[in-house]
Amino acid sequence: MPFELFVALRYLRDGRVQTWLILAGIGVGVGVIIFLSALIVGLQASIIDRTLGSQAHIVVRPPEEMPRVLPVPDGDMRATEVQRPPQRIRAITSGKQVEVRLRRLPGVVAVAPTAAGPALAVRGPGTISVTIRGIELETYRTIVDVESRLVDGSFDLAGFHAVVGTELADKLGIGVGGRIRLQVSGGRGGTYTVSGIFDYGSRSLNEGLVFVSLRGAQTLFALEGGFSTLEVRVDDIFEADRLAAGIQDRLGLVADSWMAQNRDLMTGLRSQSASSVMIQVFVILAVALGIASVLAVSVVQKAKEIGILRATGTRTVSVTRIFLLQGAILGTAGSFIGIVLGTVLALFFASLARNPDGSATFPVALTTFLYGRSVAVALVEGCCRPSFPPGTRRAWTPPR
Amino acid sequence: MAESILRVEGLTKTYGERVVTRVLRGIDLELEAGEFCALTGPSGSGKTTLLNLVGLLDRVTRGKIFLQGRNTVPLDDDERTDLRGHTLGFVFQFHHLLPAFTALENVMLPLLSRHGRRKPWMTERAAELLDDVGLSDRARYKATDLSGGEQQRVAIARALVMDPLLVLADEPTGNLDTQTGEQVMALMRRSNETRGTAFLVVTHDDGVARHCDRKVHMVDGAVDSDTGRGGEE
Repeated sequence: MPFELFVALRYLRDGRVQTWLILAGIGVGVGVIIFLSALIVGLQASIIDRTLGSQAHIVVRPPEEMPRVLPVPDGDMRATEVQRPPQRIRAITSGKQVEVRLRRLPGVVAVAPTAAGPALAVRGPGTISVTIRGIELETYRTIVDVESRLVDGSFDLAGFHAVVGTELADKLGIGVGGRIRLQVSGGRGGTYTVSGIFDYGSRSLNEGLVFVSLRGAQTLFALEGGFSTLEVRVDDIFEADRLAAGIQDRLGLVADSWMAQNRDLMTGLRSQSASSVMIQVFVILAVALGIASVLAVSVVQKAKEIGILRATGTRTVSVTRIFLLQGAILGTAGSFIGIVLGTVLALFFASLARNPDGSATFPVALTTFLYGRSVAVALVEGCCRPSFPPGTRRAWTPPR
Repeated sequence: MAESILRVEGLTKTYGERVVTRVLRGIDLELEAGEFCALTGPSGSGKTTLLNLVGLLDRVTRGKIFLQGRNTVPLDDDERTDLRGHTLGFVFQFHHLLPAFTALENVMLPLLSRHGRRKPWMTERAAELLDDVGLSDRARYKATDLSGGEQQRVAIARALVMDPLLVLADEPTGNLDTQTGEQVMALMRRSNETRGTAFLVVTHDDGVARHCDRKVHMVDGAVDSDTGRGGEE
């Protein structure tokens, strides 16, 4: 065993109380960081997952129709009023080509063409306003995992089949196999058989969204094979805003990111992240101060022992190594304790409360990155401590 | 004429910048191989300061210190540590063993530090020295479990483990009762005679000084008398 490691281990073994105090300090610090981070990151991931579980990261649609104002000859201007034309469901020009261009954009994972618009769902005397979303299941499932939300029936959209939400099914009193009429403006419509019922976990979506086939929706909205929207999935959800702006600039289409559609949520998440960072900083500070105070007591004793080591021929670099090794050992062991403590605490907390669907009320995200970062913090804390005693400087005292 | 192992020329040491305290005032001293020399004087005469300077534990203000003919003043910290490690041994008043280690490990410490890793011959060498100082049965005891006299004997074994040319002892019996002090001095004397190791022993105890062949007496940071060297006054 190398001399420095031999001395470092012996010092740690000999200074039992001090060693355990520092280990406990680092362990509790790392544990708290892991627990808090896992909880906050888990909650954020859960909120984002629930939000994005029912919507695309970016929705691309045609620009709104604006009135064309004819030029008026000079001198003839009188009072004028320019009225905005009512918006109608329109297809994206050259939708297929746009879809191909979107797929090629860096950061874009999947694109699904859809045809969507307002309609009335009618069954007997019951009439409810809904949004029809015409999809091709093969492409749309790459954007939103709709099939996992199915609570009854199957996701069959072939021909005149539709999938409706639980709320709509309740209000219209239908189940799988029941029939409803979907009526759009211009008198067009059709009678659809309900093949499945979904639950998005959102009352408004469960009541107001009806899935039909893309072809069926194109016919209903007279899009003649066009797409009213292109829904996009990206690899980094927090890059959606930037990508949407790029799409808007390049293609001249309107592109709304999920972040733009959920501004309040984003503000909340950012505030939560900031408070999490603050808590972690103060925890690290508290642990570091705790360790420093423990070490302050041993400084005098160490100065004397360093003096003995130096007098017996130990070089400065060896003395430094001894203390760095002690720090590294304490950091590693302390972070191991902290990982176990934080993980147990997080899993215990997550098991305390459950949602009706069985998922954790307080989901935790225990990731390799989180563990890695916590270990790094512990090692830095451990290895910074040797700079505190005078051993690494020339402040050692010659023995008397 | 024996080889000179230590030569001190015009050694001056001052402390403080605004209020300057002159602790040593131009000391000249020479020590030959195998000498057993006492450094005496009243408290505050500069004995320990001189020992620390000679032991390369402190820096001189002015003057030169030659160890085996090599001027040590311009050396950097690591060079001084290396030179100290294989030329000098130390015995302190309060023995200064490392409490976390056993008697055997304390004796081995300079060897471990110099060679980086523990080797079987180091254990043998340390055990042999502990045997020499009569502590072979205490080898596995922790330093804190030994009596004062035993700790000082371990410190002597540690000072000798590198086969130094010169052992610097600062009040080696100052913390021991008379009988144990006598034993420790006899032990150092025996090492001096059998190994040829030179000793420079700081003491203000005349009883201790009587064990030495030569006596350098210091007063107010200067050498007041140097007796016994080759019959000189």
